[in-house]
Amino acid sequence: MFDKEKLEQLKKSHEEWENTVNTKVIAKRPERKKEFETSSGIKVKRAYTPVDVENLDYGRDLSNPGDYPYTRGVQPTMYRGKFWTMRQYAGFATAEESNKRYKYLLEQGQTGLSVAFDLPTQIGYDSDQALSEGEVGKVGVAIDSLKDMEILFDGIPLDKVSTSMTINAPASVLLAMYIAVAEKQGVAPNQLSGTIQNDILKEYIARGTYIFPVEPSMRLITNIFEYCSESVPKWNTISISGYHIREAGSTAAQEVAFTLADGIAYVEAAVKAGLDVDEFGPRLSFFFNSHNEILEEVAKFRAARRLWAKIMKDRFNAKDPRSMMLRFHTQTAGCTLTAQQPDNNVVRVAMQTLAAVLGGTQSLHTNSRDEALALPTEDSVRIALRTQQIVAYESGVTETVDPLAGSYYIESLTDQIEQKAMNYLDKIDELGGAAKAIDRGYIQKEIQDSAYKYQKEIEAGDRIVVGVNKFQVEESAPKGLLKVDPKVGELQKQKLVELRRTRDNVKVNAALEALKNSAKGDDNLMPLILQAVKEYATLGEICGVLREVFGEYQQSIVL
Amino acid sequence: MDRPIRVVVAKPGLDGHDRGAKVVARALRDAGMEVIYTGLRQTPEQIVETAIQEDADCVAMSILSGAHNHLFPKVVNLLKEKGIDDVLIVGGGVIPEDDIPGLIEAGVAGIFTPGTPTSVTIDFIRNNIKRK
Amino acid sequence: MDIKAGLLKKDKRAAARLISMMENGESEAVQIIKECYGMTGHARIIGITGAPGVGKSTVTDKLAKQLRKEGKQIGIIAVDPTSPFTGGAILGDRVRMTDLNTDPGVFIRSMGTRGALGGLSKAVHGAVKILDIFGMDYIFIETVGVGQSEIDIVKLADTVIMVMVPGLGDDIQAIKAGIMEIGDIFAVNKSDRDGADRTAAEIEAMLDFNRSEEYRPPVLNIIARDNGGIEELIRLVEEHWEYENKSGSYKKKKSNRLKAEVMDIFRDSIMRTVHSMSENTNIINELIQKVMDKQLDPYSAADRLMDEFTENQRHKF
Repeated sequence: MFDKEKLEQLKKSHEEWENTVNTKVIAKRPERKKEFETSSGIKVKRAYTPVDVENLDYGRDLSNPGDYPYTRGVQPTMYRGKFWTMRQYAGFATAEESNKRYKYLLEQGQTGLSVAFDLPTQIGYDSDQALSEGEVGKVGVAIDSLKDMEILFDGIPLDKVSTSMTINAPASVLLAMYIAVAEKQGVAPNQLSGTIQNDILKEYIARGTYIFPVEPSMRLITNIFEYCSESVPKWNTISISGYHIREAGSTAAQEVAFTLADGIAYVEAAVKAGLDVDEFGPRLSFFFNSHNEILEEVAKFRAARRLWAKIMKDRFNAKDPRSMMLRFHTQTAGCTLTAQQPDNNVVRVAMQTLAAVLGGTQSLHTNSRDEALALPTEDSVRIALRTQQIVAYESGVTETVDPLAGSYYIESLTDQIEQKAMNYLDKIDELGGAAKAIDRGYIQKEIQDSAYKYQKEIEAGDRIVVGVNKFQVEESAPKGLLKVDPKVGELQKQKLVELRRTRDNVKVNAALEALKNSAKGDDNLMPLILQAVKEYATLGEICGVLREVFGEYQQSIVL
Repeated sequence: MDRPIRVVVAKPGLDGHDRGAKVVARALRDAGMEVIYTGLRQTPEQIVETAIQEDADCVAMSILSGAHNHLFPKVVNLLKEKGIDDVLIVGGGVIPEDDIPGLIEAGVAGIFTPGTPTSVTIDFIRNNIKRK
Repeated sequence: MDIKAGLLKKDKRAAARLISMMENGESEAVQIIKECYGMTGHARIIGITGAPGVGKSTVTDKLAKQLRKEGKQIGIIAVDPTSPFTGGAILGDRVRMTDLNTDPGVFIRSMGTRGALGGLSKAVHGAVKILDIFGMDYIFIETVGVGQSEIDIVKLADTVIMVMVPGLGDDIQAIKAGIMEIGDIFAVNKSDRDGADRTAAEIEAMLDFNRSEEYRPPVLNIIARDNGGIEELIRLVEEHWEYENKSGSYKKKKSNRLKAEVMDIFRDSIMRTVHSMSENTNIINELIQKVMDKQLDPYSAADRLMDEFTENQRHKF
């Protein structure tokens, strides 16, 4: 991109400048540290120049917004057309309570729903099962059957909102419930839009809400791809998630690497099952974390887009440009929130929001200031949403597409993160793919090493967290935190008793039996799950039948 | 004391966020302790059995799901029922300040919330284990 | 807590505490085992060894579950390496055995290797006796078969199962390097992976080359995760046991084993005495100083020490 001769001159003069600084300036005004580096261990130079991007080819490496390799964004106009979807992850206690919170958020100007389920729901247990004790309604809403789902979306028109559901191992069951609720509202499946997370590999790696072993899990995922491409075409069938990998302690480059490695595994599984890559490719979506180091984060999002486009084009021979576009949801980094001086978190979240927006996210959840302490209160959730609105309407960063492109530093970082991610992908290929690498504990170990290093840096004072290891104050306990009523468990249990009394148990059993038989073969299980759901079989019953046939995943631990 | 302190590090309940537990496990190891790591989804019964068979000096549990008020006391009580009074019990995770006095009262000796340096946890265990 | 009474009443706490005491080298533990030694000899001891990541814990878990179905009582001793730098260890084998945790007929104990002073071998010997006295029918010792102290433990077993996986070339190298002899049964785990048959063939070839005696260790493909081949593996364990008894090999092995153990304990107590000598008298420092000053050579210094040692022992009687 630059004139060779001029570049040579520049190189020389920059070297001279560096020498002068090293010999003269530093002596008088030493720098704060000997070495500067990003979270991913990329050395940060004193200043970046055209020399650092001398091999950059605009057409090949960046291109225009909306063009391959989509480094600058997946749409030509980005936020000049429409802002990102502001989508706050919410849900707690019972379906009734969560329904109220959703209506509140929609009134406040939120443009999409994002459902948080409680842990028993995420792991396929009913509220009355022994392992659910103490967990019902805690980190999200408890859903035991279609009955709860009907209440959850009561009065919310499913043809008008898009809904994201953080559900993985039992994703097919919750999707089936959503389709069934829509039908009762008179909304056809092909009018539904939204996302299920449906990303089991990162559950094995980082989040822990797995149920079944790898193979049947991959089958369920592929079944969903196939079913939705025919019947629910506007649905994002998976949200391949780096968010939790980052929360578990990975670096930015590892986040890209391991997320895309999982992505590759899903595409391979679907292709192996006989699906055409362009049939399901456009419905794959991603989910990333937005952490504190703004510039590295922006580079991360750009690198991920470019790398995925190349993978889909070159490795999987995708033809449809939409298959090559990495569209993603972002959540600000929960692990950066401090329990100390919680109001400071508002500032952190604002920076992280800025990073996500400068990185070209399609939708965003901003964390609330009190989440290191408990579930967020309504006030905190409103501030978090307002943060997005302020960045959208007041900051001006939305007026042009990919405003940081061409920054020597950003482009250099983008290249280096991509390179680091590719190195990991090579290593994972060597190990036989993401599933095998997880089985060996390789990915987990890499993340844990980063997490432990991070913690040690904080404890040694090499890394400052404001309010935690510097600038501390004496604080009194925060007041007014949200508490989930411990009676929720009892309430759900009563609902289950009532349900089992009133439904047609003969039909329920027949539907479960049919599901069990098909699970043993290789039919697409989606229609059978939908049937069972409609007969009001519970989530625990459906997953129970599948547990019998598939068995359960055994964790790999390498510490 | 010239024997290593034995600590069971456990994740009770269904919560799968084990970053904290794993960081603490490594830190305890690096402090010269023997860490028996149980993995995810442990019931209180399983944790207590592990503590018994491993003759642990300490049980360290981590919960981020909000189920601590239910699960921590359950482990304490099960140990009591079995007449075990020489095992130190500590907990960590996202635990609201308001809940801490109740947990201490129930018999959890120490609660460590996010941002606690591992050295604080290590020192607490060293200074409070009940067997020398 | 009256530990001996507890042990005899099958109290797991007592057994657990006694194992700790053994690990920590407390003489009281030895005293209790001495008193109960008559009750040992019932349990069958199975060694499970192989490189990290081959699935030893899963194999142990499945074998134990199968034997539980037959009503057997199971003890498991899982050994993991201690960090030589910090003296700490992360013992993670229970993760694979979660279901066995609360089974009243199972006792699982994790142990760190704790340095190289030979303490491990003594502690594991002790733990096996304790679980034997406790009334276990089978005792599994699970350990990475690397390093002399770990090989020593494996030799404690009546039957050693060597677990391997396809495609780990280093594995085979390790076997070549000398632990081939300790495997009585070879289990190729994760045999649904590519290369299982090749790995099995390589082991067979190695056996052709290395083993000359009458018993030829069988090689079995298993998929422990799905319980594949576990019943067959148990059958092979039984066959090996029968062979050992019929051929008289067991008697020989046992006498060798006991000899090794007695010698170990003997060596250990000599070392202790030497140790306490060096702590309680100044003789060692004096001798070293003399060697430093060239008044003495190291050989003569050691001879003097030996004289001192025997003198010391004579006073005891």
